[in-house]
Amino acid sequence: MRDVLLTVIRGLGFGSVYALLAVGFVIIYKSSRVISFAQPALMLAGAVAVSYLAGPVGFFLAVPIAAIGIAMLGWGLERTTIRPMIGRPVFVVAIITLGLDIAIRVVVNVFIGPNVRNVGDPWGLSTVSIAGLPVQERYIAMAVVLVVVGAGLFAFFRYSRYGLAMRASSLDQETALVQGIPVGSMTALAWAMAGGLAAVAGAFVGTGGGVDQSTWVIALKALPAIIIGGLDSIGGAVVGGLLVGLVESFFATYQGEYLPWLGQNFSLVSPYVLLLVVLLVRPYGLFGTREVERV
Amino acid sequence: MTAVRESADPSSVPEAKGRRPWGRPQLYTAYGQDMALLNTGAKKVSVGVLLVVALLLPFLLEDDLLRLLATGSVLAIGAIGLNLVTGYAGQVSLGHAFFLGVGAYTAAVVSGDPEDDQVWGLGITFLPVWLLAGGLVAALVGLVIAPLASRLRGLYLAIVTLGLVFLGTHVFNEWDAVTGGIGVGRPAADPVLFGVDLSRRTEAFSADQQLYLLMTVLLVAFALLGRNIARSAIGRSFAAVRDRDIAAEVTGVDVRKVKRRAFVISGFYAGCAGALLYSITGYLDPSSFGLLVSVQFVAMVLIGGVSTISGSILGAFFIALLPRLTRELPEYLPFLSSSATQTPNVFQVETLLYGLLIVAFLLLEPRGLFGLWVRIRNYWKAWPFSY
Repeated sequence: MRDVLLTVIRGLGFGSVYALLAVGFVIIYKSSRVISFAQPALMLAGAVAVSYLAGPVGFFLAVPIAAIGIAMLGWGLERTTIRPMIGRPVFVVAIITLGLDIAIRVVVNVFIGPNVRNVGDPWGLSTVSIAGLPVQERYIAMAVVLVVVGAGLFAFFRYSRYGLAMRASSLDQETALVQGIPVGSMTALAWAMAGGLAAVAGAFVGTGGGVDQSTWVIALKALPAIIIGGLDSIGGAVVGGLLVGLVESFFATYQGEYLPWLGQNFSLVSPYVLLLVVLLVRPYGLFGTREVERV
Repeated sequence: MTAVRESADPSSVPEAKGRRPWGRPQLYTAYGQDMALLNTGAKKVSVGVLLVVALLLPFLLEDDLLRLLATGSVLAIGAIGLNLVTGYAGQVSLGHAFFLGVGAYTAAVVSGDPEDDQVWGLGITFLPVWLLAGGLVAALVGLVIAPLASRLRGLYLAIVTLGLVFLGTHVFNEWDAVTGGIGVGRPAADPVLFGVDLSRRTEAFSADQQLYLLMTVLLVAFALLGRNIARSAIGRSFAAVRDRDIAAEVTGVDVRKVKRRAFVISGFYAGCAGALLYSITGYLDPSSFGLLVSVQFVAMVLIGGVSTISGSILGAFFIALLPRLTRELPEYLPFLSSSATQTPNVFQVETLLYGLLIVAFLLLEPRGLFGLWVRIRNYWKAWPFSY
């Protein structure tokens, strides 16, 4: 029972980070119908920015600064490479983001160097005892960040003018334009928000172990999360992210014991198995809207 | 320039194709003429010249360049496969590396040494056998994947195939009996043809000359096959599904069958390419089938030209020769280092170029190198007029 609870807590902790990343993907998808493969690079860039800033200004100030910086980068990417591609097939735009991802990561890797960079978080691997269970503090921090950011996003989309404008332009761009909404700026805002979310997620991916040149792969685990949740549902992305975290955590704890023939580190690829299973049963994910097709 | 197919005996020409009139290169009198493999005189001449040059190259170039060109030919086979499924049939696949790996390992197992107690081997080193085996097993995997493609569309499919690469890498890493395991690897398939090991020096030719000739011949065969697939009914059904799958279905195209065919054909090409690619280096490591390989193939297709066979070949050679070009850079840009441990180094520039070239081509010339060629051709066709 103790093992199960610890597994669940770890799963929810990492799941929160995946959920943050997944929300970034979904915000971009809702605004421009594209899956941005540049998110891994932005996440890595955010983590590295935090690792440099944490020394002089401290971790808690470094995260928002890095988030704003990476948000500006995301905004710049949208303006320079995505805006000219409006009206072109989404696949082409997705491949552009793939190219951007490769290019940005080369630059970021220069700043990482060959070793692991510590992001300077105050938690490390230290634990706190809750009801007799040794819970790692960083998992609590991750969950808290997800709740705070999630609540902030909910309030933003529900109550602010810009949130309303973004929802309108994702619903129908032409109608939104007719109502006087600057759809282009809303798309740029979406990319900036996704960049900021990626940077925050990156900082928390780095807690405990730090970041190195291969950390970017973690951001791709948000892809199963968004597909499971449905590409256009922010709530679905959160659920998907947590689900991916849980599945991964359970495989990490129990697969070696019960399914040893799957090989070591199977937990790292288990999200993709979950993805295949969910898609075979529900091709539009758990919460996604089914596309209506007309000839 | 005339584009007349002269035939001494008119009765040997099929009636349906008809004869092309003299001196009117742009006039087609039958559909068959328009759809012919080499439908203009210029194409006939240039393809002929290219083939002659390709056959002469091994006697003109250094061995290391030949090896690079041989690799380029193999990559071109893989790129044609990806172009058939992604360019012609419109099914986005980021899983090409996985198919490549399946082909490479099947071929390695078929050709492997049965005495070896570390990894499996059947000991059949005859090239056509392991080549076909690699291609067919990868095609079979394509057949298994295809039902997913017929349920999913667009980016959903891209992500599923991306997941496939991760799952594939995991399997390759863990299945020691086939792959040798992480960091160990295994010998790849031996290119043995009629008792001659082409990867070893013989009396008449060096190893690289033999490999180059082998890969060139295979590339011509695969390109011809690809072109014929593209211009036949299968290719037209691919294009119909790509352009509007519902409309295709309404006009009587069996969409699921077409998608299945596309993945099987693409898998076959990728499997063959994977099998051949590592017979050049002679060694394969389970970590060499990651996402970057898939991205490189996507880059080849996009840089070369979507839905063109010649574009795929151009793109593949471009990507194959790019490392060689960046290796030359430190001579001109002294701040670049050729050592991997210093920054900035040529390997970083190379990777950066992959990324930036994909972005640049998609933004500026979506039709790729093939599109550039079309622009140049049209300019000179109309010269001295601007249109």
